[in-house]
Amino acid sequence: MSADAAAPAGRLPDAAGHFGRFGGRFVPEALVAALDELDVAYRKAMTDEDFLAEFDALLRDYAGTPSLLYEARRFSARAGARILLKREDLNHTGAHKVRNVLGQALLTKRMGKRRVIAETGAGQHGVATATAAALFDLECVVYMGEVDTERQALNVARMRMLGATVVPVTTGSRTLKDAMNEAMRDWVANVDTTHYLIGTAAGPHPFPELVRDFVRGIGEEARRQCLDLTGALPDAVAACVGGGSNALGIFHAFVPDTGVRLYGFEAGGEGVETGRHAASITGGRAGVLHGTRTYVLQDEDGQTIESHSISAGLDYPGVGPEHAWLHDSGRATYLPVDDDEAMAAFELLCRTEGIIPAIESAHALAGALKIAPRLAAELGREPVIVVNLSGRGDKDVHTAGGYFGILDKEQ
Amino acid sequence: MSRIGVAFDKARADGRAVLVGCMPAGFPTVEGSIAAMKAMVDEGVDVIEVEIPYSDPVMDGPVIQKASDIALAGGVRTADTLRVIEAVAATGAQVVTMTYWNPIEQYGVDAFARDLAAAGGTGLITPDLIPDEADEWLAASEAYGLDRTFLVSPSSTDARLRMTVEHCRGFVYATAIMGVTGARAQTSAAAPVLVSRVREVTDLPVGVGLGVGTGAQAGTVAGYADGVIVGSALVRCVLDAPDQAAGLAALRALSAELAEGVRNPAR
Ligand SMILES: Cc1ncc(COP(=O)(O)O)c(C=O)c1O
Repeated sequence: MSADAAAPAGRLPDAAGHFGRFGGRFVPEALVAALDELDVAYRKAMTDEDFLAEFDALLRDYAGTPSLLYEARRFSARAGARILLKREDLNHTGAHKVRNVLGQALLTKRMGKRRVIAETGAGQHGVATATAAALFDLECVVYMGEVDTERQALNVARMRMLGATVVPVTTGSRTLKDAMNEAMRDWVANVDTTHYLIGTAAGPHPFPELVRDFVRGIGEEARRQCLDLTGALPDAVAACVGGGSNALGIFHAFVPDTGVRLYGFEAGGEGVETGRHAASITGGRAGVLHGTRTYVLQDEDGQTIESHSISAGLDYPGVGPEHAWLHDSGRATYLPVDDDEAMAAFELLCRTEGIIPAIESAHALAGALKIAPRLAAELGREPVIVVNLSGRGDKDVHTAGGYFGILDKEQ
Repeated sequence: MSRIGVAFDKARADGRAVLVGCMPAGFPTVEGSIAAMKAMVDEGVDVIEVEIPYSDPVMDGPVIQKASDIALAGGVRTADTLRVIEAVAATGAQVVTMTYWNPIEQYGVDAFARDLAAAGGTGLITPDLIPDEADEWLAASEAYGLDRTFLVSPSSTDARLRMTVEHCRGFVYATAIMGVTGARAQTSAAAPVLVSRVREVTDLPVGVGLGVGTGAQAGTVAGYADGVIVGSALVRCVLDAPDQAAGLAALRALSAELAEGVRNPAR
């Protein structure tokens, strides 16, 4: 990311972190001073050549970016569209998350804090945080729902190898939302020494904006790479949406290109109509969760409803506020992809391209398969779709193996 | 023009601090929570803080989290909380409601204010709503004459503290420690400093909460604050009891101890 790419004036959010009616800060007063401190440090960093150069160097030399934009020809043939995969799965630690984590770890160092805490669902953000903490010599505590520690045991081991403390969270639904509650409680108590290294473009201001800015290199790269490869902008950009960081990361550079359709694919779980899903925009209502106003899966009284998805990284009952706004404004389209559709796309990518995607990313692939015929009909030609392959599937071998019945049931 | 001010005026006339006792509505059942709150009133708790159970209570420690989970698992609704408030207010005690913001937003801010006023509630304590985001609540509380208690923290800057206090009506809630609810072995050294910072900018009464669990601690806090707010220690009496009768007995005993603490503060 370069200084000239800094958000132009007039862009959202406003100074208090509002994207239209969404965003803002719904937090205990105890956290406001830390959020203000973070806001100041972040704004300073984003105009500081030294910071940006250090961040760029880390992304290049350590994380391995820019990630490739790869034309998946055999998958394309099955999709009926020209599918370009943004290979965030090839990044160090295996997902887009490393970009956010390196940016925030640099900020942590600048703020003089020595300890980072994080929440994690799939464990990808936890692993990325533990990685950055090792690199920057920071103490690291990762909160992870007990259910997730079981379905992502490999990532728990990874974090511990990297020197992090993993705390299984046993309250509530014992998944990502509860890990986030526990991280917030830790932060309230330790805010002087600790940075809450949030894993997605959600939470109170300035997190949604800050995380977006640290990951928006994905879209900046993809836009350039697509122009180089095809001589034109894509017809559509597709990404999965959990909290929303990989999707915003790839959308952001394309938002002003009104000819490029933006598609976010939410986890439809067992089907939105069953109530067992994680599609906050499709199946939720505006409300307040985890410090921000956004779309939330909730009952009539505003109690959060447990989300369900085969993908731990999408299993979250909220979504970043900028997505809520992109949805309301009509700039982006959000559609659900259910577990079976995602797993079919997972298998197709494995078999056609020799790439095992993260199950999260498989939702984006399934979404691309879904929209391709519509787009082809609309355009009267083969559409070009950039798909954010946000992560690799190594962590999901157990889940996918179980799903396809190719693992011993005892394992 | 404050509803809860009555309780503070009365205590001030007696030369003592107000005792505020917190309990989630619907814990362990709706009727059980009414009985618990009435028992607290009987033993000298001046103000009952009725907490609306919420699925994601980020300012609460394990005890209140667990009580809220039990209440929600029992099916308590926001409308039940209003019923609890009405029943407790009918005893003549002052009732203030503590709530995370989403349940109010989903009920409808104006509708909740209307129904809260009708139930005899005095106002809201809002742990995750800061004045910066509170326009709708400011308007609704004006319309129905309800009190607004925002929190101040040891980490609040002078400017924020002043701004927050200016938006309060009734009393100011000073969070004694940087942390979540839950009884602590020691009372906070930061609390007296925070209370005196609040006093520099307002004449409103100041309540201190987070961490108070014994009569002696209540007495200490009563030495410098206008209100002593106790939550987890009271909730634990009910949570840890083998049955309802034992829970009520423990709750009565602790309420009486705390009431004694604010009446005869420490030496
Ligand atoms: C590979 C991958 N993609 C996507 C996500 C979803 O998060 P977000 O919506 O913030 O990109 C995760 C979360 O863990 C992930 O690991």
